[in-house]
Amino acid sequence: MNPDQFVANHVKSLPRSGIRDFFAIVQEMPQAISLGIGEPDFITPWKIREASIFALEKGKTSYTDNRGLLSLRKEISKYVSSFFGPDYDPRSEILVTVGVSEAIDVALRAILNPGDKVLYHEPCYVSYAPSVSLAFGQGIPVGTSPQQSFSLNPEAFEEAWEPGCKILMLNFPTNPTGGTADRAKLERLARFAVEKDLIVISDEIYAELTYEGEHVSLAALPGMKERTILLHGFSKGFAMTGFRVGFACGPDWLIEAMMKIHQYCMMCAPILSQEAAIEALRNGTEDVLRMRDHYAKRRDFIVRRFNEMGLACHLPRGSFYAFPSVEAYGLNEVEFCHRLLREEEVAVVPGTAFGPHGRNHVRASFSTSYEKLVEASERIERFAESLASEKVDQTAV
Amino acid sequence: MSNLLSLLVETADPRPEYLAKVLGVKQDEVERELAELRDSKTILGWMPILNPEKSASEEVRAVIEVKISPEREGGFDRMALRISRFEEVESCYLMSGGYDLLVFVTGKTLNEVAAFISERLATIEGVLSTATHFLLRPYKERKQMLVEDGLLEEKPPVSP
Ligand SMILES: Cc1ncc(COP(=O)(O)O)c(C=O)c1O
Repeated sequence: MNPDQFVANHVKSLPRSGIRDFFAIVQEMPQAISLGIGEPDFITPWKIREASIFALEKGKTSYTDNRGLLSLRKEISKYVSSFFGPDYDPRSEILVTVGVSEAIDVALRAILNPGDKVLYHEPCYVSYAPSVSLAFGQGIPVGTSPQQSFSLNPEAFEEAWEPGCKILMLNFPTNPTGGTADRAKLERLARFAVEKDLIVISDEIYAELTYEGEHVSLAALPGMKERTILLHGFSKGFAMTGFRVGFACGPDWLIEAMMKIHQYCMMCAPILSQEAAIEALRNGTEDVLRMRDHYAKRRDFIVRRFNEMGLACHLPRGSFYAFPSVEAYGLNEVEFCHRLLREEEVAVVPGTAFGPHGRNHVRASFSTSYEKLVEASERIERFAESLASEKVDQTAV
Repeated sequence: MSNLLSLLVETADPRPEYLAKVLGVKQDEVERELAELRDSKTILGWMPILNPEKSASEEVRAVIEVKISPEREGGFDRMALRISRFEEVESCYLMSGGYDLLVFVTGKTLNEVAAFISERLATIEGVLSTATHFLLRPYKERKQMLVEDGLLEEKPPVSP
């Protein structure tokens, strides 16, 4: 039997995830301090966990409506309206999904015909390119640059556009760069989307974790609601990664198309997680603010430390990732990560795990306790000093 | 709250050199502010949060609800201070509701605590009644859970 013959070509050709490669090495070193974690270090607030337990005790163990519990969709509608701006009808314009991950997949599959093109900015979340390929689309990554702190450049999108583009996929605040987009730039992008008749998939999963200014939702800009799928979820802001629950809001015909796929591949999001999500929206915002404040302080600390030790680091305006440059030390990002792990037992993720535009950068998550951040920063500093002296030795020869 | 104070409330490491690192200021600046906080009696002292089951503390703790008669001048203050001054009293609060003072008392043995309550506290003039509850088992101390929460070691060390 030839296994190769049985794995679909488009799956075979998916590149291995840089994160998984690195994960395998870090796992061998349980004593290492990891700044490689893409999830909150907080445990889900107790009141949310408790709501799930209560639902379990009451025997809520069934399927739900494919779209999600109506009571949850009503809460989502209220929350989205107050936090993001636009009003969505809970009955026809909201789909509860198994995390934003599923929502991305279902949205792409609902829209793309084979060969249709998707514009997205890069470095970006690891699933974007593979999800586009798995939906038989063709990705057009648009680089953001360190010179501009990886902030969005609408002209670059306009230049990258080509016939056949159907989707514009955006993620603000951005994983892994922490970038956000100001209103003026988003407005320009919105005009671009209208002009080129694009559907926008706006992944705003880190919206609550915005530290500078207010989060501006693309869906709230004039003319955008009718062509935008707003994706959000509970994983980051509410620290609920393991619950696997997220949602999509959009025009009813698009939500209906997504629902068609969702009903067959997923049926519905787990009911216990949906119950927890209801509690999160009703009573969890204080907790979100508390966690956000912690992240903000840790961010200030780690960014200052990176800059002090010569790893140029822009201030992430949202998310919980710092994205410093390691260029000054003459190592590329992969060598830097491997040696830092071996020599000082600190794990950070190579920027190229998020696409080639992440070269010479590493992602360091500050979703970690102060104690660990302080210790990690001392070790990274020691490592940077040893690299600097290596460099001096080399130039002396 | 100043940055230093809010950091102090949440950290388990109050060493000035550590605090200075986190706040990004010089160590002597932190030491100066700490001295000011002590002088102004904003910081009254330091106490580790102990897990009684691990610290081998054999202490007995009781919570006592005390009813007292308020006085024409000073209300409850004189009585409350009088009770607070006893070494055995760990904390003392004026409460709304069915009684007036909530008093936390510690002692080496049950007998010692019982004796303190019946002989010293209850006999103070103005104390109308006491209701004593002995603490059996702590579950949470000053926001710290005394049982481990979560399965952190199962969290992947690197995730997207
Ligand atoms: C930008 C971005 N989108 C989506 C996700 C997936 O989140 P969920 O847990 O809701 O599937 C993540 C998680 O890391 C993310 O960073």
